[in-house]
Amino acid sequence: MLQIKNLHKSYPIGDSSLHVLKGIDLSVTDGEMVAIMGSSGSGKSTLLNIIGMLDEADSGEYVLDGVPIKNLTEKKAAIYRNKFLGFIFQSFNLINYKNALENVALPLYYQGLKRKERQEKALFHLEKVGLKEWAHHLPNELSGGQKQRVAIARALAANPKLLLADEPTGALDTKTSYEIMAFIQHLNDEGKTILMVTHEEDIANMCKRIVRLKDGVIMEDTKVDQVRAEQYV
Amino acid sequence: MLRFLLDRDTWQEVFDSFNKNKLRSVLTMVGVWWGILLLIGLLGSARGLENAFNRLFGDFATNSVFVWGQSTGMPFRGFQEGRQVELSLSDTKKIEENVEGIEFVLPRNQRTITATRNFLSGSFRMVGDYPLLNKLQKINLIQGRFVNQNDIDDNKKVVVISEDVYKQLFEKDAEVIGEYIVINDINFKVIGLYEVGNVNMGPSQDMHIPFTTYQQIYNSGDRIGWMMITGKPEYNIKQIEQDAKLLLKNLNNIHPEDSRAFGSFNLGKEFKKMTGFLTGMQFLTWFVGIATLIAGVFAIGNILLITVKERTKEIGVRRALGATPYEIKRQIVVEAVFLTIIAGLFGIISGGWILILLNTMFGQGDEAAIVNPSVSIAVVFVALVILVILGTLIGLIPAFKATSIKPIDALREE
Repeated sequence: MLQIKNLHKSYPIGDSSLHVLKGIDLSVTDGEMVAIMGSSGSGKSTLLNIIGMLDEADSGEYVLDGVPIKNLTEKKAAIYRNKFLGFIFQSFNLINYKNALENVALPLYYQGLKRKERQEKALFHLEKVGLKEWAHHLPNELSGGQKQRVAIARALAANPKLLLADEPTGALDTKTSYEIMAFIQHLNDEGKTILMVTHEEDIANMCKRIVRLKDGVIMEDTKVDQVRAEQYV
Repeated sequence: MLRFLLDRDTWQEVFDSFNKNKLRSVLTMVGVWWGILLLIGLLGSARGLENAFNRLFGDFATNSVFVWGQSTGMPFRGFQEGRQVELSLSDTKKIEENVEGIEFVLPRNQRTITATRNFLSGSFRMVGDYPLLNKLQKINLIQGRFVNQNDIDDNKKVVVISEDVYKQLFEKDAEVIGEYIVINDINFKVIGLYEVGNVNMGPSQDMHIPFTTYQQIYNSGDRIGWMMITGKPEYNIKQIEQDAKLLLKNLNNIHPEDSRAFGSFNLGKEFKKMTGFLTGMQFLTWFVGIATLIAGVFAIGNILLITVKERTKEIGVRRALGATPYEIKRQIVVEAVFLTIIAGLFGIISGGWILILLNTMFGQGDEAAIVNPSVSIAVVFVALVILVILGTLIGLIPAFKATSIKPIDALREE
């Protein structure tokens, strides 16, 4: 699914620069569910952003689904993001003046689908996350867990190959977190490849593989026995 | 692009972002609204003034100059200065024959007389006229007719009187046509009654008799009081005035540089001043209107810039979801153009209302200061085109601003 070789990234800070990623090698195959862990400043979010084509690496190789990602124009990056990737954010990032259905339909709009088709698909995905009855509610009428489920439905709407989640449970209480994790596990069971950044041990253990970052290098990369989230719900 | 403009979602987006900031959007639009309102209101009023002006002068041959004799200011060919200059009928013929661009030359004689009828009398200015006068200065007849060629040929003792004369010499509602009034002990038959217009060209006058009758009664012979020279529309009346005066000096033994020998009033020149003023006013209107419009459009651009800044994160999310920079820019430009056009349309409509209001307040009756204040469709069209162009240009600034931020930075924005 994705291969990363010797990836470097640094940010300029005043006159000096901060070397965030110091040669990352990572390879993820189809159907994996990977947690990227690390303390703050370890570069885990930067890595996810580069994988998500929201940011660009200084050097190194990155191949996504056989396509080398290098020197993309903004337009190409947008098209790849739309086609390959689904994003789930810590703060949900729903558009607050659009209702749940419209939020879910947004990536489909940018795919150029017709209105009716979009509505159907969006409704299908909302039903999948169990929020069909909430389709016409605005985000501020939804609870945190519901918002994140809408965000997941939105990420799924364009049928991406890879789901990227940046602290998907960071803004949720434990119970809701497990509900969301149960849902994400379910998606993984269906074959979606999932990459998530988290700093919570219990959430990471619900993945199938944990990659630990420290100071811009991979310290540890282990397969774990997945803890099913359903049992806590 | 067309598909994009016809897409319901495009307008949904515009509508949503408008709704999100209703008050601010409306306030923004006030600038453009005001600009268009000014443009339409002022242009319409200027047109109304012009129409009123044209109506007042519409009945006159405006490309005219009046010339009369005064006393000479320089000695010439044995004549001393201070000699009274008298114009003659033959002068008019010579001018008509020799000066280029002449349409008509009309000789006239005038004096103040006392007219009586039964026991009523009054002092009036009476003119000896040719029928041609009616062509140069429309006589608005209420009853009867003006002097005709028959009257001229037979030196008929007929008179055309104004309303004022009628009021002084006749009892209220008395029959007028066919009645007689006495002028210098001679009976004149009234053949016409006319309305006094708003604007008088040249000296004001109360009654007209045939030119030949005047000659006969006062034994004026070849002499005339003054002449009206009308040029063809394509000729410059100032040049005609110069040429005619030079010819008259030559014919009357007057020094070519004597500026006192003839008095004149150049109606064409005065008329041009007035129309020049109106043209200037229209120019000023365009200038003020468009300057206000530009200010208004800038206000829209400014607000959009703030909106874009506020929506940085939203734009980041959209880009993460696959919106290309072009799609983002397009949306913002459409918003800018939409706001400008809506504001502009409201401006056009309320400008129209103002013109209607002006029309009902000042535009009624014959003496209206403003006649039919209006703007042509072409002006409205031009204004709309200007709006679209300005809206697009100004929308490009926030549009580029919106996509100049990297999506990752936009997403980090709180």
